[in-house]
Amino acid sequence: MSQRVVIDPITRIEGHLRIEVEVDENNVIQNAWSSSTLWRGIEVILKGRTPMDVGLIVQRICGVCTYSHYRCGTEAVENALGVKIPLNAKYLRSLMQTSLYMHDHIVHFYHLHGLDWVDVVSALSADPAKAAQVALKYTDKPIAAGEGELKAVQERVKGFVEKGQLGPFANAYWGNGTYKFTPEQNLIALSHYLKALEVQRVAAEMLAIFGGKQPHPQSLVVGGVTSVRDMLSPARLQEWKQKHAYVTDFIKRAYQADIVMAAEAFGTEPSVLGGVNVKNFLATDDFVLADGEYMFNGGVIMNGDLAGVSDINPDLIAEDVTHAWYSADTAQHPYDGTTVPNYTGFVERDTVYGKLPTLDGDGKYSWVKSPRYNGEPVEVGPLSSLLVSYARGNKVVVDAVNGLLARTGLPVEALFTTLGRTAARMLQTVIVADEGLRTFDALLTNIQSDEATYVKPEIDPAKEYVGHAMIEAPRGMLSHWIRIKGGKVENYQAVVPTTWNAGPKDANGKIGPYEASLIGLKLEDPTKPLEVIRIIHSFDPCMACSVHVMDFKGASLSEFKVSPNGL
Amino acid sequence: MDTHAALYEQGKQRLETLRSLPRRHDETIFDKMAQHGITRRDFMKWSASVTAMLALPLPFSTLVAEAAELADRVPLIWLHMAECTGCSESLVRADTPNLDTLIFDHISLEYHETLMAAAGWQAEENLEHALETYKGNYLLAVEGAIPTANNGAFLTVGCKGHTGLEIIKHAAEGAAAIVSVGTCASFGGVQAAYPNPTGAKGVHEVISKPVINLGGCPPSEKNIVGTLMYFIMFGKLPALDMFNRPKWAYGARVHDNCERRGRFDAGEFVEEFGDHGAKEGYCLYKVGCKGPYTYNNCPTERFNHHTSWPVLAGHGCMGCSEPNFWDDMADFEKPLGRQLLHGLDATADTIGAVILGATVVGIGAHAVASVFAQAKED
Repeated sequence: MSQRVVIDPITRIEGHLRIEVEVDENNVIQNAWSSSTLWRGIEVILKGRTPMDVGLIVQRICGVCTYSHYRCGTEAVENALGVKIPLNAKYLRSLMQTSLYMHDHIVHFYHLHGLDWVDVVSALSADPAKAAQVALKYTDKPIAAGEGELKAVQERVKGFVEKGQLGPFANAYWGNGTYKFTPEQNLIALSHYLKALEVQRVAAEMLAIFGGKQPHPQSLVVGGVTSVRDMLSPARLQEWKQKHAYVTDFIKRAYQADIVMAAEAFGTEPSVLGGVNVKNFLATDDFVLADGEYMFNGGVIMNGDLAGVSDINPDLIAEDVTHAWYSADTAQHPYDGTTVPNYTGFVERDTVYGKLPTLDGDGKYSWVKSPRYNGEPVEVGPLSSLLVSYARGNKVVVDAVNGLLARTGLPVEALFTTLGRTAARMLQTVIVADEGLRTFDALLTNIQSDEATYVKPEIDPAKEYVGHAMIEAPRGMLSHWIRIKGGKVENYQAVVPTTWNAGPKDANGKIGPYEASLIGLKLEDPTKPLEVIRIIHSFDPCMACSVHVMDFKGASLSEFKVSPNGL
Repeated sequence: MDTHAALYEQGKQRLETLRSLPRRHDETIFDKMAQHGITRRDFMKWSASVTAMLALPLPFSTLVAEAAELADRVPLIWLHMAECTGCSESLVRADTPNLDTLIFDHISLEYHETLMAAAGWQAEENLEHALETYKGNYLLAVEGAIPTANNGAFLTVGCKGHTGLEIIKHAAEGAAAIVSVGTCASFGGVQAAYPNPTGAKGVHEVISKPVINLGGCPPSEKNIVGTLMYFIMFGKLPALDMFNRPKWAYGARVHDNCERRGRFDAGEFVEEFGDHGAKEGYCLYKVGCKGPYTYNNCPTERFNHHTSWPVLAGHGCMGCSEPNFWDDMADFEKPLGRQLLHGLDATADTIGAVILGATVVGIGAHAVASVFAQAKED
């Protein structure tokens, strides 16, 4: 007798995500559905506006990877208009991207994902003295993990747990058998959770130095960057470098150590040994190090074949809406896509929590489309980026990956797991922090003889332009596609990381990475589906990003079929 | 009794009432401060700066301090609607190590999807429990616009599939006060820009209770914290402008306190990004700055621990704390020119004159425009 489990809201993410799974009598997941339950319509809003404003508007797609959309939108317009920005602008954009990654990955691991790995209640029974010794096992210079600090953290949390008032930690899945850290390990990680709250603020300040603020920086323009005074100020440059050193220190002494600790503790836990069931990976060249040099490489890996990595062909990208709340007959390339919203609501049925409105898996069930590469679903994200660079023989990446495998004693196959996905994010952060300094040095050298930060773009209203940009956002490959006509935006589309990963099944019944990652997973208690949340969080969901629309092509809003609760 | 004395009395009584309520955290704010290495002296300095920010006389800083101490008596429920989570991100960026953060650590945050550990059914239970238990007493913060087209079906949240519109109406009923955090919750924001395909609206447009609007995309954490402190202190809304924004934060134009204002008055303008003027910090009006039409304290408070703000980074203000700015203030890299904009079109004319070289006339007309704006608000 199968049972339906509904999880909504998936918390500790950006946006609104609903996951439903069907488990058999042994609580093994047989089927899974991923749905975004919000639609905002930003691409519709872009139509008819000046291409110069695109970056600022698309940035509002997401307040987390806020800079990624800003940059990608701006660069799509530059690509369309044929604008070549000055070298300093490239470097500054790369430094802002470095800052964003150092911020975003830390926040994701500790504050959004961390509580899926760390049992806060268990940490309270730890012996702080013993925990301080345990911390030394994973790094010879632990941070926020001395006996006194750990004791203070424990006391801090103990107070409200004893009163039964957990505050933001209330009603979670504490005690679930798939938490594998010892009390001491939980305490170390909990201490880092709190420390990371401070560190992430400094990482955000790094971006604000050249970006004006974070979230929603405001210093990119079509043709370059505006923060020329900050770039030319030795004090500002030093401020960035000092904050960079502080954040890097935490990444090396806490984040890196915690992943090694997790690999050891969770290395035999079934719920994190699967979770990479779409073995196709897509990533693009990104992070300018010097003129023409990139930190990470682009390419496509199909069927997990690292030897067969190939170049991306942008023509092979298409989006399918068979099971999304839009109407279209066939999968469409982003330049020519249509979007006609067609909301069909929910279907009432029995679930583990009683009768509830549920997703109509046979029909339409999400505001997210299903992007496909050459007709196949692909995964994007830090794991994809590292695998592609690894397959390309990128020395820095090869050394980092091999180093971690040696350190943890895990085989290469361990990369193709939820654990591997989580570890890849950490490795990427370490590489970004280290290599980002090469960009910084290149900037310092260049400004000795070149202060240019901007070239004025020209638009001829009589001409039509088409362009796109592909970059790596913290959640994976992001592409923006634009058509310009009469000097205005004619059509605009964003194919974003979470769309690649979270989309519903397509016309051929092929399921995307989220759904595939859950099939075969056994739940300890279907009413408390911690394992599902842990796997979904490992993708770092960002739902507002994924919910985008394209061109209405004359479709009328009044034609939508709507049934709010599907009842 | 003068106005300030009456207000002080009101604050004292309010805090006395709060003091009689049960604490929701075992630790006092002072315990928490000690854990973060913050002294009582630091705390009093912070209280004084919040007092100044709220445009209150210095003696109120003892009330601010006491309000921070009693913040755990006021349950806070934070809901996400049609948004990008940028406002929550702004909130968690509060300075380090910093008392604003501690206030949030110390406040009774009952529901916040980005931060809470619970998920799914259990998260929804937490919300229902909080709405019921603290009925009539909780502070409701809303992030994001409310989609209203097609009965609100463009957003549903929770296992029960309620629309955002239903959730907001329900949550607003039992709220002691409602704060719209950010331009989306205040005025609809980016999704409400033309042609507004989801019928997105600000919270105040879909409920019938008073709402404080904190414009900004996102608002600084100072404006969020200051507003909450004001409510804790006095149990009522602060003085608001014509768009229901607290005057203490949105009472002055960005232009009025701008660090580049001297350049404006001297007629020194950046003509093109990256030019000599850009390197020298000239006024950004001609490359699109909307500071003259925008009310916010960005120049004085800045963002990210005072690290920067857009104008410092060489980009004009885009007017993000104003209603309909996505439509009314575009193109963002061109001067606004002579559009009508909530009665401030006089300012635009003025600037036109300044660009032509009539600086002195400009300054005079500026003062006139300020008086005019004041009259509109009152």
